[in-house]
Amino acid sequence: MILQVQGVTKRFGGLQALTQVTFDLPEGQILGLIGPNGAGKTTLFNVIDGVYKPDEGRVIFLGEDVTGKKPYYLAKKGLARTHQIVRPLNELTVRENVMVGACFGHASANLSTAAKIADEVLDLLGLAPKANALAGSLNVAQKKRLEMARAIASQPKLLLLDEVLAGLNPSEIASMVKTVRAVRDRGITIIMIEHVMSAIMNLSDRILVLDFGKLIAEGTPEEIANNEKVIQAYLGDPKLAERLMKGE
Amino acid sequence: MSKKFFQHASLWLSLGTVLVIGLWPIVTHNALNRETAFTVLSAVALASSLNILLGYTGYVSFGHVVFFGFGGYVGFYTINVLGWNIWMAMLAGGLAAALLAYLLGVAILRLRGAYFALATIGINEAVRAFINNFAPFGGPTGMTLNFKIYKAYGGAMHALQLVFYIMVGLTIIVTILSYWVRTSKFGLGLLAIREDEDAAEVMGVITPSAKNWAFVLSAIIPGMVGAIYFFKNGTIEPGLAFPLRTSIEMIVMIMLGGQGTVLGPILGAAGYETMRDYLLVSPLFKNLQLAISGVLLLLIVLFIPRGLVGWLRQRYPKVRRWLI
Amino acid sequence: MMDALIRSLIDGLLLGFVYGIAAMGLTLIWGVMNVINLSHGSLIALGMFSVYYLFVGLGIHPYIALVLTAVLGLIFGVIIYFIAVHRVINAPELSTLLATYSVNMMILGIGTAIFTTTPRNIPLDLGSIQFGETVVTMTRLIAAVISVGVAVGLFLFLKYTRPGRYIRAVTDNRDAAEIVGVPSAQVLALTFGLGTLLAAVSGGLIATFFPFTILSGETYELKSFVIGVLGGLGNPVGSLFGGLILGLIEGLVPMAMPTTWTPVLEFVLFVLILLVAPNGLFGGEE
Repeated sequence: MILQVQGVTKRFGGLQALTQVTFDLPEGQILGLIGPNGAGKTTLFNVIDGVYKPDEGRVIFLGEDVTGKKPYYLAKKGLARTHQIVRPLNELTVRENVMVGACFGHASANLSTAAKIADEVLDLLGLAPKANALAGSLNVAQKKRLEMARAIASQPKLLLLDEVLAGLNPSEIASMVKTVRAVRDRGITIIMIEHVMSAIMNLSDRILVLDFGKLIAEGTPEEIANNEKVIQAYLGDPKLAERLMKGE
Repeated sequence: MSKKFFQHASLWLSLGTVLVIGLWPIVTHNALNRETAFTVLSAVALASSLNILLGYTGYVSFGHVVFFGFGGYVGFYTINVLGWNIWMAMLAGGLAAALLAYLLGVAILRLRGAYFALATIGINEAVRAFINNFAPFGGPTGMTLNFKIYKAYGGAMHALQLVFYIMVGLTIIVTILSYWVRTSKFGLGLLAIREDEDAAEVMGVITPSAKNWAFVLSAIIPGMVGAIYFFKNGTIEPGLAFPLRTSIEMIVMIMLGGQGTVLGPILGAAGYETMRDYLLVSPLFKNLQLAISGVLLLLIVLFIPRGLVGWLRQRYPKVRRWLI
Repeated sequence: MMDALIRSLIDGLLLGFVYGIAAMGLTLIWGVMNVINLSHGSLIALGMFSVYYLFVGLGIHPYIALVLTAVLGLIFGVIIYFIAVHRVINAPELSTLLATYSVNMMILGIGTAIFTTTPRNIPLDLGSIQFGETVVTMTRLIAAVISVGVAVGLFLFLKYTRPGRYIRAVTDNRDAAEIVGVPSAQVLALTFGLGTLLAAVSGGLIATFFPFTILSGETYELKSFVIGVLGGLGNPVGSLFGGLILGLIEGLVPMAMPTTWTPVLEFVLFVLILLVAPNGLFGGEE
């Protein structure tokens, strides 16, 4: 198991953001994380990568209990993530942004190696022509790719993707889906939060459904699409799931 | 060769500027020019040091003069009371400032934005008020060097000359340091912190230690400059050592030339001091020197907040690669 | 000994009220627009000179001159806002810190040229009043009473008038306030005007019992920082309590150690509170 989340609970004041969330993630899989807005998906990411300390429970990453460890500790150990709301380092160039990932993440590269990694990753994400532009000058779709590029450049073992498809047009989605597959084929385990159902149903090996901070279902895409609870809580329309599976 | 040379163009430009200022009084054999050059170089050294914290890391210290003053006091004390030579005193001043920065950094670098700026003002005032009461450092009247001390350096004239050469040396060191930080992996981490500290942390930048080292690096040279400045000055007192205005002038110089660049603070410091010299000798502006600096500062803040070098970088993307 | 203590305590508390409204000006501006006004001290000094010249030059009684000073302060603050602050209100904090400091430099530069740095004092002697064993200077007592009045006035203004409600709306959430039609530029300008008014009035009051120069403002600006942090930055009511605490410290410290240790304690306290309780001793939002 690359990641084990055991009984994680997180409260903000009176708000129960996560309640007793438990799951295991084997290496090499793509795990989909879905649920309505406000279900606690991003909070779960923030607990896993050390931005928040859980009130209860443990996070075990690569066999080590990392609960309450700082985000940079986890990054060095092999975790990387993207942000739902992009956070480019605006006044740095696109290449420099990616080099930050390569230098300080799990890759721990020196500057010249980092530049090589950056150029390769920018190529993979189709950002090579923009390498010398300031990150602040990119459009939203490019900024999402930049988030991805920074995360991949750190050569992580586990990658958390927070809505990398949101706000993209269909052709952009198609190419991003391809990229995610390519990343997985490099042996990187992925957890992805996504609202674009067709994409997540197609990509995921397994899916977790979060509702009001609780895990309400877990299984293969087929199982989730046919799960009564999920349909009630989230998908709403029983036929919807079927259509989604076909990618309509 | 030429490509390599071009790659470090900023370093050569920066060192060239420093050398021109440093050689000018030597070539002209003029003691007055030497005094001017000393003032300009110390401004360059202070501004370039603060730039490591303010320009690269994005933490606005409004009380940075505390390191100049504290290093000055420690250096002065080692010369005056312990009988050390100027070299040892300078090292002591630099180390004292670095130690102070390290201890303060652990505490206050958790604060962000304006809260950090306020804390630095508070610390400068607290240290000034403390030294005002600290008998070994002479309290409110400070300390005065025994004139005999200059004898060891072949008299006051030679001592002044020596101090000038040391100042040139320090400015060269700070320029190389600033360039190294800006182009190193460590510096890339600082830039990431400046742009978005939380994102930098998620990407693996060990922010607490990176910030603390930036703070220490930005304090060492001001401590050394303080030590030689007050050795040359012959007296030290709290009002001279910790003026809030000097802190802010350092920021103005950085803004003028371009924060976060190597060349910017050097040009900014030289430009600011030249302008002030001109205003001070001009009968028309003599009394309004401060007000005119204020107008200038406001114009920069409102219309060219990136400063000269920043503006060039923005206006001409082609120069961005080598002009830093 | 006891007498001296009580006297020193009363003096400190009365001063604390006056410092309190100076700090209120600083913290109002911080709370509403997230700007630390580094021209605060020079505005306090301008208030001193305003009352001085209206009295010595035109023969207007200092307390009436104070009202005029308040009006001038309000107008001046609005002007400063539109010239120096408006353009950088959304920029990183360094911009507003430096913009307001540039105003400080201009005021000090021009002020030094005009007023020189010879100390002035306002020749106003209203005698003193005796409470049992302790004697209280009238000017200080009146200054404290006026300060409390000004503070109450500000509170009522913020609570019950339309501009006051706008100011509070902008404090809570400027974007939301703009969406519902609050004219945020005017509100911010008014806030800066009010902050300046408070600085000028406190300066005018201090000038009725302490000698001053154009450079005196810096001391009071630093005190305002300390008070603002004690009471919670952005919490104008807290400032009055912060002022009292500072007044207490200034009244009590001289009993235990040389007066010169007072600023050491004040600034150490200042930094500690920033670190431990950045919202002030009385909590507050955020």
